[in-house]
Amino acid sequence: MRSLTQQPFRTAVLVLVWGWLLFLVLTPNLLVVGASVMTRDPGSFISLPLTLDAYRQLLNPLYLEVFLHSLYMAAMTTLVCLLIGYPFAWALSKVGKRNQVLLIFLLIVPFWTNSLVRTYALKLILATNGLLNNALMSLGVIDEPMQLLYTEGAVIIGLVYLLLPFMILPLYSVFEDLQEDYLRASHDLGAGRLSTFIHVIVPLTLPGVLAGIMLVLLPAMGLFFVPDILGGSRNLLVGNVIKNQFLDARNWPFGAAASIMLTLAMAFLMFAHRLSKRRIGEDGV
Amino acid sequence: MATESDLSCNGLIRRFGKTAAVDHISLDVPAGTFFSILGPSGCGKTTLLRLLAGFDKPDEGDIFIRGQRMNDVPPNKRPVNMVFQHLALFPTMTVGDNIGYGLKRRKVPAAERRKRIARVLEQVGLPGLEQRNPQELSGGQRQRVALARCLVLEPTLLLLDEPLGALDLKLREQMKVELKHLQKQFGTTFVYITHDQSEAMVMSDQVAVMKNGRFEQVAPPEELYREPATPFVAGFVGDNNRLSGEVVTLADNMADIRLDNGEVVRGRLAANGLSSGDRAELYVRPESLMFTGEALKDGFCAMQAKVLTTLFDGANSRVEAENGGQPVFARLPQDGTAPRLTTGAEIRLAWDPKLARVYGAGQS
Repeated sequence: MRSLTQQPFRTAVLVLVWGWLLFLVLTPNLLVVGASVMTRDPGSFISLPLTLDAYRQLLNPLYLEVFLHSLYMAAMTTLVCLLIGYPFAWALSKVGKRNQVLLIFLLIVPFWTNSLVRTYALKLILATNGLLNNALMSLGVIDEPMQLLYTEGAVIIGLVYLLLPFMILPLYSVFEDLQEDYLRASHDLGAGRLSTFIHVIVPLTLPGVLAGIMLVLLPAMGLFFVPDILGGSRNLLVGNVIKNQFLDARNWPFGAAASIMLTLAMAFLMFAHRLSKRRIGEDGV
Repeated sequence: MATESDLSCNGLIRRFGKTAAVDHISLDVPAGTFFSILGPSGCGKTTLLRLLAGFDKPDEGDIFIRGQRMNDVPPNKRPVNMVFQHLALFPTMTVGDNIGYGLKRRKVPAAERRKRIARVLEQVGLPGLEQRNPQELSGGQRQRVALARCLVLEPTLLLLDEPLGALDLKLREQMKVELKHLQKQFGTTFVYITHDQSEAMVMSDQVAVMKNGRFEQVAPPEELYREPATPFVAGFVGDNNRLSGEVVTLADNMADIRLDNGEVVRGRLAANGLSSGDRAELYVRPESLMFTGEALKDGFCAMQAKVLTTLFDGANSRVEAENGGQPVFARLPQDGTAPRLTTGAEIRLAWDPKLARVYGAGQS
């Protein structure tokens, strides 16, 4: 027989967890789904009858273009994060334990400052009279200030800046687990550095790469305040569209439909991730 | 250098800071030999193996493989392969891809590769397992895949870094025999490092006993057991009793030793330069000790001992006793010839002096 004293605690924990999921995760999401299939109403935001108008509106070429541009910027962000994060995480796993703790701490410190504030700080750096332009001009690298702010590049820089740690941390964890003996074995069996990298290191760190991509790609499409501050009117993210629909255009059904599209894209990526995890390593003799 | 040797090393030294992990090692391994390097952890055997594989460079000395100097040859260009302690089978590849990895690096065409993978899998007793993942295999099967991955490349020299350590006892016993057979079957020269003297003894043609970066003795297993060159080897290879005392007389390569309790016993002289009056240590194996009465067999010597405890373990049963404060243990034969022993009982243990060895004290 199980100890009776254990049961009430168990029950309490389960109720808490399920209650949390039900009221704070499931309910809001169901409300969003509900809102997406209702009719826009200027007075109370949404009303009956049920309709798929909002989803039809998503197919509008204008929004499709915004979505694709947003996807492009997010993909570029992910690529840059990967290119910086992969060697960074590798190096991080190689430095001594003391330095490792320090570097990871430094990686996490920025999270203690509001990301909105940090984005404004970035604006000061990238502005026409900002730190970067002034520094480059005083060094004589450029004669006139460059237009950095309100460009696609500025948005990508901002997104990379905010999301890089999310790429580095999962990569760091796979590099930490990467045993030196695998590399030695590869070398011992006749492989050079490049061969070892392609055939051994990349496959072994792939789960970290995929986790990093998932943690960067989709959040990158939602961080609306980055284009708001750095991007000007042309470089919008899906997140901006959703925010505008809820706060400015007051078109809740459309905003809800757009956010559901984003959720579905996320679910699709996670599904693809699981699928690829099962297939890793089929090298073919 | 002698060209008939698969491996020969000359005064190898590898220092870490002030200490030399490998200290003036010279060795010579003839083709087709199963050569073991036996030593306690920290004796430098892993460092030595890394020098041979090419993962590390010696500070002094040369490594020759079939007469070719290897010092500046990187690991991927050496005719040497290594079975790692934890095998290091790539978890992202199938068994077939693991074994084919080295062949692929050598640009062996796919059809030929498949053929050679199938053949080597058959040779190690795992036919048809190409498509399995290493994670699905048992410990013993993984061992064989790791071996196959190296042997398929037909190396001059196969290095093995305590690969049996992770196996449970029964499987380890089985793999010992198997490894020996595979080595004979392939005819490849094996250099095997281990801290387990039984592994080294059972499998090897030659064993080098290593301590503090140096070889204490290099000899076939039986010679190590019967004629250990140093007290360390006597104590490390097989079980042994160590009795200290003082040299009384020396004659014909035999020494009479007065133990601390006054008894005089005898053993063969295993060290030079001893003279009467010197402190000495006599090593006699528990399996050489016999229970005896007052009457001694011709030429035997004997000592008194007080029983501390008896440990029953079937064929390995033994009695622990003491002689003037020095611990002594003896095999307790289970054929009915052993006396019934109770704690505190006085017994007499006799041995053939030719089976005992005398070293100068403080030599270890």
